[in-house]
Amino acid sequence: MQELINRAKELLADGTVARVLGWKAGDLPYNPEPAYFETAEALDEFVYNGFCGANLSKYMIEASKLEGKTLVCLKPCDTYSFNQLIKEHRVDRDKAYIIGVGCKGKLDIEKIRAKGIKGIESISGAEITDEADTLTIQTIYGEKSCAYADAMLERCHVCKGKEHKIYDELIGESKDTKDADRFDAVKAIETMSPEEKFAYFQSELSKCIRCNACRNVCPACSCRKCVFDSTKFDSSQKANVDSFEEKMFHIIRAFHVAGRCTDCGECSRVCPQGIPLHLFNRKFIKDIDELYGEYQAGEDTESRAPLTNFTFDDAEPSIVGKRG
Amino acid sequence: MYKIAKENLSALFRMIAASQDLYLPVKVCGQVNFKAWSEDAEVDLDTLKTVKSPKDAFFPQNENLYTVTKENKKLKIEPEALRDKPFVVFGMKACDVQAVTVLDNVFLAEPVDTYYSARREHGTIVALACHEPEESCFCKVFGIDCAEPAADVAAWFVEGSLYWKALTEKGEVLTEAVKELLADADKEEDKVEAEKEAIRAVVEKLPYSNLSLEGWNGDALTEKFNSELWEQLYKPCLACGTCTFVCPTCQCYDIKDYDTGHGVQRYRCWDSCMYSDFTMMAHGNNRTSQMQRFRQRFMHKLVYYPANNNGMYSCVGCGRCVEKCPASLNIVKVIKSFQKQGGEK
Repeated sequence: MQELINRAKELLADGTVARVLGWKAGDLPYNPEPAYFETAEALDEFVYNGFCGANLSKYMIEASKLEGKTLVCLKPCDTYSFNQLIKEHRVDRDKAYIIGVGCKGKLDIEKIRAKGIKGIESISGAEITDEADTLTIQTIYGEKSCAYADAMLERCHVCKGKEHKIYDELIGESKDTKDADRFDAVKAIETMSPEEKFAYFQSELSKCIRCNACRNVCPACSCRKCVFDSTKFDSSQKANVDSFEEKMFHIIRAFHVAGRCTDCGECSRVCPQGIPLHLFNRKFIKDIDELYGEYQAGEDTESRAPLTNFTFDDAEPSIVGKRG
Repeated sequence: MYKIAKENLSALFRMIAASQDLYLPVKVCGQVNFKAWSEDAEVDLDTLKTVKSPKDAFFPQNENLYTVTKENKKLKIEPEALRDKPFVVFGMKACDVQAVTVLDNVFLAEPVDTYYSARREHGTIVALACHEPEESCFCKVFGIDCAEPAADVAAWFVEGSLYWKALTEKGEVLTEAVKELLADADKEEDKVEAEKEAIRAVVEKLPYSNLSLEGWNGDALTEKFNSELWEQLYKPCLACGTCTFVCPTCQCYDIKDYDTGHGVQRYRCWDSCMYSDFTMMAHGNNRTSQMQRFRQRFMHKLVYYPANNNGMYSCVGCGRCVEKCPASLNIVKVIKSFQKQGGEK
């Protein structure tokens, strides 16, 4: 982390960048927040550890409008989002100085809480330089421990790899933390009967409080004005007032980001009700892979995307009837 | 004081639910929220904080106000019936109980909100002491004692039993109705006292318990409103409504008409000051930037509300926003940032 801070200070001092976009230490052991730093002194509060899960790519939409370059710290999976945003002309590559930061899997405080660990005073083992594969957690109710892998975000178990897809320089080592197949859960749902599928999604989505955190954090949801915020349509309901809201908001959103979603997992990370929203996106990704050949959004900034491209081999609309 | 063994609680819930609706913390798909009790509900009284607060019981996230239907050329307007049957909310915590007082000051002041007041009139609150408070809790800062919730019935879990003490007339009525399941425990008050002391000792150790609210009051309006700090503080905010929707005291709502295809449903739903159409009026919107919307939330809780309610804050320190903000922002960080800035002056 110190290497990262030193480099950021250098780049600020020599005028390469006007600001640094990273994470600021929180007031609890697990709540660093995304933050801008404009001076070397401010960087004293900079932090980069296992709890810096937030994908900063989307903040670059606003940062691209500011004077001068912004140094942005991107983890390997965040770079897919950044590439996709370049492709969609939502961020300005020339306004970004990308430091690809090392990542060995990010932590989910909810997974730690789910183990009954509470009254947390400090957590060790979450630093990026820590070799430990166990977190040691001091709590008001005694010392607890938790395997690092057991506390990782779901998305880290299906890690896309330790390579940064776009960067100006790299600092820190990364680790591929993949230990599961990202389509396993989708396949399991596909084997359900229509009634079972309906019941599954209904019970998951009935938890939705329409806080829009999934949409607002999503790098693919970058419309200047979302249709669900328009006051001119019935789509602007702020609550699950009827079945339309409960079922359709998420499905429409999934359709809208289909082919553009990089599977960064931010939607599921931020959902206050723990709804596995990534499953919708992964269903689309799986279908696209099967119908158009394997495709990973954000892999590059140039290629044509399957859903916005035309080839004579494209799947015909009748595929819907055939596949059900 | 009475007691009931933990394993007999389902019998207690069944007995209450036989004559009235019962809302309590229920786990659905891994998350605990207040839901109506049913035989197959997975009741979870061990999780300290429900994701959403129990405020829905009195001020639901959405409710119909009236329905308009069209028959031939005639319009029929049917107002929604007011709550007229008793219900019980079981398992609220001291912070959430105080939050109801915050809501009362808004909805029971003239002009009285009839929908809310009907629910308040018919609702009985059984509140649980917080057996093991957590690091995100800061109710003590607002003078709340989580060891002794001030509800209709206060309850404590000690050694496998639930100790039960009616504190109000409504509480007495409920106690009377379930008395056959309760055992007398007047002689065991010392056990409950020990539990209270243990809870209070933990509260002393919580990282936020000594948070200072100095400088936050109804008179601080201009100084706080004009602070340059807001420009920095709001930056990571995603403008989602998580903080407002998990908050037990956020009380802003929107009223909308829903086109049912053959009529109109006029309903109200929680609104969030974080949203771009919050308080939108015919002339447009009076808060046009996210900084202004972000500022609104904290000014309301710590300045405007106290100004109108004899100094009472409209935060109760439940810590849900601390746990749930996707960008790890929260009211505690805001208070601390102002304090830090003040110290540096």
